[in-house]
Amino acid sequence: MRDFAALFETIDQSTKTTNKVKALARYFQEADPQDRLWTIALFSGRRPKRAVTTAKLREWGAEAASIPLWLFEECYPVVGDLAETIALILPSNSTTNTDSLSLWIRSLRNMNNVEEPTQKNFILNAWAQLGGTERFVFNKLITGGMRVGVSQKLMTRALAQATGRSEAELAHRLMGNWHPDDTTWHELVEAEDASADASRPYPFHLAHALEDGPEGLDDPANWRAEWKWDGIRGQLILRGGTHFVWSRGEELMTDRFPELARAVDDLPDGTVLDGELLVWRTAKPTPESFNTLQPRIGRKTVPRKLLKDAPVVLHAYDLLEWQGEDIRHLPFAQRRDLLETACAGLPPEAAVKLSPQLPFTALNDLHRYRDRARSAQAEGLMLKRADSPYLAGRKKGDWWKWKLAPLTIDAVMIYAQAGSGRRATLFTDYTFAVWDGDALVTFTKAYSGLTDKEFREITAWVRKNTLQRFGPVRQVAPHHVFEIAFEGIQASPRHKSGIALRFPRMLRWRHDKPMSEANTLDDLKELLRLYG
Amino acid sequence: MSRDPVLTFTPAGIYCPAGDFYIDPWRRVDRALITHGHSDHARWGMGHYLATHEALPVIRHRLGDISAEGITYAEERMIGGAKVSFHPAGHVPGSAQIRVEVAGEVWVASGDYKVIDDGLSTPFEPVRCHHFITESTFGLPVFRWEPQSVIAAQINDWWRTCAAQGKTAVLGAYSLGKAQRLMSMLDPSIGPVLCHAAIESTNAVMRAQGIRLPDTVLAHKDITAKTHPAAMVIAPPSALGSTWTKRFGPQETGFASGWMAMRGVRRRRAGDRGFVISDHADWTGLLSAIKNTGAENIYVTHGYTDNFTRYLNDSDWTAQVVPTQFEGENLDSAGSEGE
Repeated sequence: MRDFAALFETIDQSTKTTNKVKALARYFQEADPQDRLWTIALFSGRRPKRAVTTAKLREWGAEAASIPLWLFEECYPVVGDLAETIALILPSNSTTNTDSLSLWIRSLRNMNNVEEPTQKNFILNAWAQLGGTERFVFNKLITGGMRVGVSQKLMTRALAQATGRSEAELAHRLMGNWHPDDTTWHELVEAEDASADASRPYPFHLAHALEDGPEGLDDPANWRAEWKWDGIRGQLILRGGTHFVWSRGEELMTDRFPELARAVDDLPDGTVLDGELLVWRTAKPTPESFNTLQPRIGRKTVPRKLLKDAPVVLHAYDLLEWQGEDIRHLPFAQRRDLLETACAGLPPEAAVKLSPQLPFTALNDLHRYRDRARSAQAEGLMLKRADSPYLAGRKKGDWWKWKLAPLTIDAVMIYAQAGSGRRATLFTDYTFAVWDGDALVTFTKAYSGLTDKEFREITAWVRKNTLQRFGPVRQVAPHHVFEIAFEGIQASPRHKSGIALRFPRMLRWRHDKPMSEANTLDDLKELLRLYG
Repeated sequence: MSRDPVLTFTPAGIYCPAGDFYIDPWRRVDRALITHGHSDHARWGMGHYLATHEALPVIRHRLGDISAEGITYAEERMIGGAKVSFHPAGHVPGSAQIRVEVAGEVWVASGDYKVIDDGLSTPFEPVRCHHFITESTFGLPVFRWEPQSVIAAQINDWWRTCAAQGKTAVLGAYSLGKAQRLMSMLDPSIGPVLCHAAIESTNAVMRAQGIRLPDTVLAHKDITAKTHPAAMVIAPPSALGSTWTKRFGPQETGFASGWMAMRGVRRRRAGDRGFVISDHADWTGLLSAIKNTGAENIYVTHGYTDNFTRYLNDSDWTAQVVPTQFEGENLDSAGSEGE
């Protein structure tokens, strides 16, 4: 565990990518192969099966620290991370245990099927034998989410340095459904047959945001345009007579979207599609809003009624594998032709649809499309170079997303609450209100969009202008106006204002606006009428 | 029978009716007793100041021409009907807890304090009392400080590594107290210690009053990585990442504060390294200090007041949060300097 904790510390402390890559690459060369494998797994969000519930961890943590549970629960939101909270509240000690990372993981796994007293004993012992970062890392093995600023890109770069293999190949190898329990370092990284797993998806090609509009692009003839759908990006894999659905976050979603099972009959084996999962009811001209899709995301199994109310289709916009061949190297225009061929014979009730391209000849046509995007239930346009290969990750130049300007409203801050984790010492979470006659009614919270400097300024102001405290929440003097941006608006009986916003954030602090000039509830209702 | 309490909490600060004076007031008053020189305790504009002899030079340095008088630790003095004495708080050199006794009832306003010996400040002394006013800047059990020697080793290791790589180590620390404490923890065999002007001027004041500090060099504009290789630079946090540090060439930055205990804060504020060291008491320090006063009534003035107060009440003290417009030191509040 010592080596891994040291690696974790180096990466965690470093702000420079090159240093992180260097430390990782060295670890991938020097560490025990089983530890390396687990390191890749942990940094890509995989973790050992949870041996102990977090409820038990809290209870035992509080007990080991000799503090009441309520106090533990108060510490947790301040720190923002359960594993770290426990590591901090326990009296400090130095590490006396020299077991390797994978040995610890094996011991943890053995805790899955034992009685609670044995589990407790094991955990308390571990806490007593591990200090500092190692204790934190141990807790993270249980709670998961070892986020440490290691992106997939960074990890593949380090692996490439350590093994001499190409980043693209490694990125593909690390995708999908593998788990350290079922593979080895050699199999995952080095073995020649990397396609053994039929479910393995390709890394997604991601677009950069086009901030200033399409005027900077070269000849329009080199570009293709599509709607940017507001659904879930998904990869549909048809191999070996069965199908798999992957999210962009590399989550296997096959069971959540049973509608797609019939694709096995509608399309030939050896096909991989990239597209958008949308709720789209038969004979409707546009898909439903993202809110309708939302209940489908959380459900691992789908009740029949929901299946009927919110039927999902995959709008395919790219073809990555055709007749069992990886065709990502082909130009987009050519992949698109093949995609159209593949979709030509689809019956009308198929769950896969061809996502249309938007014909245009001049840049001005693109502006017109974008102006209509909201009524098409799209969140903007995608612009793709006709000759672009399908790349792995976010690459600049070939694919652009040109999003709609968000909806905005000017609102008054009336409550503030301290953030957690990196923002524990700042007031960063605000509640906003608009005018309803002479009264201010709350309608949303927002946490992001300001600079650290602005958050510090507001924090100092909140301290001096607190009217009343409700636990961690401060009611502040209504004074500051913020422009709140959001992507969507809908009626919501759960909110006092009757309105729920999608992705609300602070676009800017309106120093120039007195609070009397903030927007009104009627303004919000008008937005709801137009866009809800 | 209604008698004035010995100390009360007013919009101007902590007030003693029997002696007609304030402790660390934040509005202009005639007579102010000052626990220590940090700007949120020693403010400008009071008619008359009383502080320890050790604290006064810095207070004068910061506030200019003031009417002020010094007092020795433990010296008893009658102010009106109140018997007043100052006792070491261990926060920074010269810092004091102020004991006020009226008709046999004893209150202690502790200002800011830490209970461990930092090797520089006169160590904290528990003062028996009936009513104890405490801060709770770090009043959550997630804050537990390592011994100073452990942190010293961490800082010196970091400095040594920087020096070996041809880099300057730039360490952010508040200019009164923390900076001098860190200086005294450094291993002078590694390289020269350079101080930002704001810190060096405080050093000069302290040296003049007889406090022994290690040798340092004022980092004026001609002092660079070339003239002073392998240096440790100590600067106020505001100077970190500014153009001021450019002259020191390739460098790493660190930040020394109790807030660095939290990984998130460390990642946001520390630059390359965060060192967990504070001039405030940690969770166990607060509790032991309170216990050793023997007081039954505890007033919690700032920090994690709600939770700390609840914990004390659960543990058989009678504790309350003192409403205050002055919220003490927080990493991100404007003008904070104690932490």
